[in-house]
Amino acid sequence: MDIKAYIALSLSLFIIGIIGVLIRRNAIIIFMCIELMLNAVNLLLVAFSKMHALSPVAKASLDYASDAQIFVFFIMVVAAAEVTVGLAIIVMMYRNVHTVDVNFLNRLKN
Amino acid sequence: MNTIICTAFFGVVMMFFGVFVKSKKSPKYAAIIGLSAIILLNISELITGNSFFQIDIHEMLHFDNFNLLFITIALSCTLIYFLLSGSEIEKVGNHVGEYFALIFFVLCGISIAATFNTLLMLFIGIEIISIPLYILTASDKRNLKSNEAALKYFLMGAFSTGIMLMGIAFIYGGNPAASFHIDKIQLGIGKMPVMIAIGLLFLMVSMSFKVSAAPFHFWTPDVYDGAPTVFTSFMSTIVKAAGFFAFIRLFEHAFGVIQDQWQHLIIFITVATLLIGNVTAVFQQSVKRMLAYSSIAQAGFMLLALFALNGKAKEGILLYSAAYSLATIGMFGILTKMEDFTIDGFNGLAKEKPLLAFATTVFLLSLTGVPLTAGFQSKFFMLMAAVENGQHIWLVIVAVLFAAVSAYYYFKIIQSMYFKEAKTSGIVKLDALSKPFNIMLMVIVVIILIIGIYPEILIGWMYH
Repeated sequence: MDIKAYIALSLSLFIIGIIGVLIRRNAIIIFMCIELMLNAVNLLLVAFSKMHALSPVAKASLDYASDAQIFVFFIMVVAAAEVTVGLAIIVMMYRNVHTVDVNFLNRLKN
Repeated sequence: MNTIICTAFFGVVMMFFGVFVKSKKSPKYAAIIGLSAIILLNISELITGNSFFQIDIHEMLHFDNFNLLFITIALSCTLIYFLLSGSEIEKVGNHVGEYFALIFFVLCGISIAATFNTLLMLFIGIEIISIPLYILTASDKRNLKSNEAALKYFLMGAFSTGIMLMGIAFIYGGNPAASFHIDKIQLGIGKMPVMIAIGLLFLMVSMSFKVSAAPFHFWTPDVYDGAPTVFTSFMSTIVKAAGFFAFIRLFEHAFGVIQDQWQHLIIFITVATLLIGNVTAVFQQSVKRMLAYSSIAQAGFMLLALFALNGKAKEGILLYSAAYSLATIGMFGILTKMEDFTIDGFNGLAKEKPLLAFATTVFLLSLTGVPLTAGFQSKFFMLMAAVENGQHIWLVIVAVLFAAVSAYYYFKIIQSMYFKEAKTSGIVKLDALSKPFNIMLMVIVVIILIIGIYPEILIGWMYH
């Protein structure tokens, strides 16, 4: 399959994620959209890695072609660490104000 | 290498310290001793060029005088921060050892972000800096402001991380060498390839988020205002300088040769940051929020190094991190002792605590960039770098004009300290009299003046 299809798929997932972050007001859903953005990147990295491995131009530098697939594991681990901290922050907020709506967060404006 | 391993190890030590040692005072002393040892190890690496740990890192990190000196500056500023504000960290909550542990982890991230050689290490370094900071921002658990700041910081930070990763993926895809190494990105001849251009744009946006450059600065005032004041002091100074260092290192090595193709974007970001930071700071009533906007304004000056990207800019960014960090840490240290965070809260401070007022004056003069202070030298080096770059001299004039604007809001505090009467007595908290605190303030004042007169003391290390 052409690499353009993979780029289109992951860019659309990424843009859905960005739109979700910008328009949704529920902290958990914003958080899910951020995870969607990260996973779109994972998909793209693996696709590019395969593309480089198959490309005739890059045969000389094949030692790096699987770097991206290792990168994906790092992204997963860091995302897991972020989830741990992020959910803790959301739970802490829920305990104090009994809502996860980000519109509630306006104490700092003035 | 010494710093990365030792800070990570000592962070774990501090975690266990928090569990097994019940005393609330002892973590501070342990942290100060540990950090001093780490600074000595780092300086020994800077002088001899050899690390105690011989690890094959496959060129993923790169250590030279420039970035080791930056790490030394960051560690030394943190030591000064511990000595000055350590007792305030004890007051934030019950888990004192853990706050210190998290700060050590941030320092580990700073060392990685200052020495990275591949985009993977850049990502890891930035994340190791960010994640502990989310926790530190949220550490005042019952305070709704702290909660709100933490959630905002976390969502914005994770969002910009996503953008950064997308940029990295596109750069990898557009690079025929199929490498994440920042020196091995093939940019082609003439105009850069589309995928590299997209990646560069994403990376620029996400790094601007991290260093709070306009138009991606909107989270900064809220987060800096809501976080506990001691931790604002840490994250608006040392962490921010590290973010800039990583930003400059990335763009110098990966995209330095095609600087003329992205320079106009940096000029736009610089002017917008200077404008928004300085003009909004003028209208602030709360000193804490004013310092948040002033940190955006100072970021505008640091962006001049990214615009120039020459030898003077490298010296300038080192001086700027030291000068800005010291003065702002001092200001926040004084701010934690005030009863009232508004500018009126400083009324009549000169009569009640002349020493405190004198130190505040020196810090504010340094932030403005008045000669004989470190702030002047750092601004001077930045402007010199921009002039040496040769193009767009008007940018230098704009920067100087905005430095003049910044004098207005910094001097407003000096004015209220010396020329206004206090309405009530007791404008400072009772423990502000403590001797170690006053001595530390004087030490910072002396360092600022010494760097202001002989900046070679600091940057000479780069060429020893």
